[in-house]
Amino acid sequence: MIKGRFKKESENKSQKINTASLPDIIFMLLFFFMVTTTMRETTLFVQNKLPSATEIQKLERKSLVSFIYIGPPLQANIFGTEPRIQLNDAFGTVNEIASFVEAERQARPEAERPLMITSMKIDSETKMGIVTDVKQELRLVGALNINYSTTRGDVAGL
Amino acid sequence: MARMSPEINAGSMADIAFLLLIFFLVTTTMDVDTGLRRLLPPPINPNQPPPPPVRERNVFVVLVDQNDRLLVEGELGNIRELREKTKFFLLNPSNDPTMPERVMRDVENLGEVEVSRGIISLQNDRGTSYDMYIAVQNELAAAINEIRNELSQEKFGVRFDQLTDQDLVRAVREAVPMAISEAEPKDIGGGSR
Repeated sequence: MIKGRFKKESENKSQKINTASLPDIIFMLLFFFMVTTTMRETTLFVQNKLPSATEIQKLERKSLVSFIYIGPPLQANIFGTEPRIQLNDAFGTVNEIASFVEAERQARPEAERPLMITSMKIDSETKMGIVTDVKQELRLVGALNINYSTTRGDVAGL
Repeated sequence: MARMSPEINAGSMADIAFLLLIFFLVTTTMDVDTGLRRLLPPPINPNQPPPPPVRERNVFVVLVDQNDRLLVEGELGNIRELREKTKFFLLNPSNDPTMPERVMRDVENLGEVEVSRGIISLQNDRGTSYDMYIAVQNELAAAINEIRNELSQEKFGVRFDQLTDQDLVRAVREAVPMAISEAEPKDIGGGSR
């Protein structure tokens, strides 16, 4: 009984849309996204609302950039509200920055190491104390090329 | 025995491609990182003699305290006026002896230009908010960029941010250096802990 009804419907649909080019279209989209995007490497554990600025520059080569995240932890009930440093996928301390930078250097070919940039993604609610500590540590290990990550927009307080 | 049809069923190809597409959409990010680029000074080597002190007239001191108040050259300042003040200081249009010296320097592609020896010294407290610090950094950079724009407009007829020739960009950068010194940390004004 049911079978018969189904059969009848399929008989009515005589014309089929040709979907042979559908995979090609999807592949095109896929390649577009593969080229224009970059892999997300870390899960954020800290709040990261970046300040805005007008005089910004783009970081051209993403492979040369390593990130340090600073901000109040997202899970405030476990980790408190004091701003923390996140290196890769874990909370870090100021003392761990030296080994972090060294590991980042080792991960890149030798010719590109002098061009490396350390981008600091710092939450706008952070105080400068922890930022200064990080900067001093970066100076000590010779990672002098830094970037204060900001978004484009009007400056706060203006 | 049925004959093999020459066509391979490609109906599931779209599904596979969709799966890949969704995987890439989820695992990648599109945003380009932007920000304020700075070069930190190299660490101080205790075995080397300290560099000669910079003359007082060449230094433009900007202090930000823990309450985000601004002290520009010893006077309470406002962030809105910082850009103009910095520009005025670096350009020193009236050749004021308390403002930075200018030296003639031969810059490639520009010829003889007057280069200001002014240095901006930005000092902050541990309690300064990062928001304010970036705002100040941005205003200082804006002042220098405006001077660069004016020089580029005068010499090449194009604004600095629209210069495409890298040699000319380098020339303007040399003529108007981004001289912002992020001082050695010291606790100004009590600070927080």
